[in-house]
Amino acid sequence: MDIVVTVKQVPDPDIPPTHFRVDEATRTVIPPAGVSPVMNGYDAHALEAALRLRDQLGGKVTVVSLGPDSARDALKRAIAMGADAAVHVNDPALNAADSTTTARALAAAIKKLGHVDLVLSGRQASDTDGGQVHLGIATHLGLPAVSPVQKIDDPSAETVVAERIVEDGYQRLRVRLPALLGVSSEMNEPRYPPLKGIMAAGRAQIPVWTAADLELEAGQPGKVQLRRLYVETREASVEIIEAESPGEAGAKLADKLREARLV
Amino acid sequence: MPGVLVIADASGEQLAATTAELVGEGARLAQQLGGKPVTVLLAGKNVQGLASGLGQLGVEKVLVADFDGSAAPSPQWSIAAAEQAARSVQPEVILLTHAGGSRDLGATLAYRLDTGIVTDATALRVDGGELIITKPVFGGSAIAEFAISSSPSVVTLRPRAFETGEEPTPHGDPQIESLAVPAFDAAIEVLEEVREQATGGPRLKDAKVIISGGRGLGGPENWHFVDELAQILGAAVGATRAVTDAGWVSPSLQVGLTGATVAPDLYITIGISGAVQHIAGISGARNVVAINRDADANIFKYARWGVVGDWKLIVPAFTQRLKELRG
Repeated sequence: MDIVVTVKQVPDPDIPPTHFRVDEATRTVIPPAGVSPVMNGYDAHALEAALRLRDQLGGKVTVVSLGPDSARDALKRAIAMGADAAVHVNDPALNAADSTTTARALAAAIKKLGHVDLVLSGRQASDTDGGQVHLGIATHLGLPAVSPVQKIDDPSAETVVAERIVEDGYQRLRVRLPALLGVSSEMNEPRYPPLKGIMAAGRAQIPVWTAADLELEAGQPGKVQLRRLYVETREASVEIIEAESPGEAGAKLADKLREARLV
Repeated sequence: MPGVLVIADASGEQLAATTAELVGEGARLAQQLGGKPVTVLLAGKNVQGLASGLGQLGVEKVLVADFDGSAAPSPQWSIAAAEQAARSVQPEVILLTHAGGSRDLGATLAYRLDTGIVTDATALRVDGGELIITKPVFGGSAIAEFAISSSPSVVTLRPRAFETGEEPTPHGDPQIESLAVPAFDAAIEVLEEVREQATGGPRLKDAKVIISGGRGLGGPENWHFVDELAQILGAAVGATRAVTDAGWVSPSLQVGLTGATVAPDLYITIGISGAVQHIAGISGARNVVAINRDADANIFKYARWGVVGDWKLIVPAFTQRLKELRG
């Protein structure tokens, strides 16, 4: 089974809120010193799912990422985890790409890769939490798409069964291949890169594709514009319950809630 | 006369509670856009009878796409229905709820219509004739404002972030038109649909009181402290993603960005540090209580009352006192 996994490099989601800063003029995040960007968490789950399917059925896992030079680190990590190949879509013209342009560029890259049975993406990225680019890729490629998916069962050359999370439950869907699935974190636990993989990643040649390589029309404006990015300042207004002992504080809390008619 | 198209979540053969929020916000937007009409699409299985309920919300026109298959409609069918409605109504704005199947439906619909989408919006405003869409990004650490330059603007609204219609003008029975869903190449077959029944107690998203536990509880063997409190207060039980990912409790209890968005009157947290991913789900909670040993934990910034200390000593006394108070 030939699988393509889309990965995105994002600011570390574990940056504590107190250290989170943005540059309002350029509408970008200012990463705190010493905190490197990481592979989007859901994408790691998608890659893990792809690696397991490949190990079960044979075939090849190729990762593709759109982003600036630093996105190469996310691709290297994917190879270290066990991906067979990687492609880096990198073009200054695409650096500030909106979701619609990103979807078009990644779809063009996947098309250029040739034969593919399954595209796996994270259900959303932890920076914009849009959860839409993968569905755009599927639309551009004319693939059926299911998202968010918590389980992949019964894979064959023709179909997979995907468990799609819906409100208050899930649907089991048999999906004809080729298809795209948006992977959620319930699916698996991504592996840590083994030493052998880390060495392979060091040696890996990662081709860079530009907008021209993908025959994307240059200069097409995106459809979604970021007009403003800011951090909401929040002053704590908590009343800390003080008491002689933790037990007394607990009882006092109950009294406070009763006074406020909340319990 | 283009206006606003609301795509209601009618899965599960009933109108989702969020429909009133979509209609309320849709009506406000339509007003700001110059008194344009609001049309609602009801697509799903056995939805015919739900249209009159929309009349009570003040909706004038409803498109009904009835799914007559034996199983539940597939995502492809829902997309085909939504696309057909959008092409026939030609709205300026399309609104969906950011929950369940509507999230990915909205995104796919936007790409089919070759237009832009912003998901999980928490506020909308019309500014100089342009729709400005506010949404939290970076897990809630920052706020972004977007504009969509193509038409229609597709937006999914965060559940419980918007008011329902104020006083719907009763229009009596809405005008109902049936919508034929065009044929498509079916690549997805619905094998089964499993709706998890809440095990007693109120449902998370409708609950007035919620007791939530985090990793600070130490392990699943301590979860009964949460359950007992919930039982005494008639509350729903919630959990952080760390806890559901660790398998202590069912994933359906997850509150946060990738779980339920809740808006209770009282939200009591035990051993929850307040990761942004969790905070994103409780922005609608009116009173947050934090019990945590770390005085610097982020959760205290969002709390009205806090107790700093070991929950193992605090919670049993809290529970006991509540028992007494409630007789």
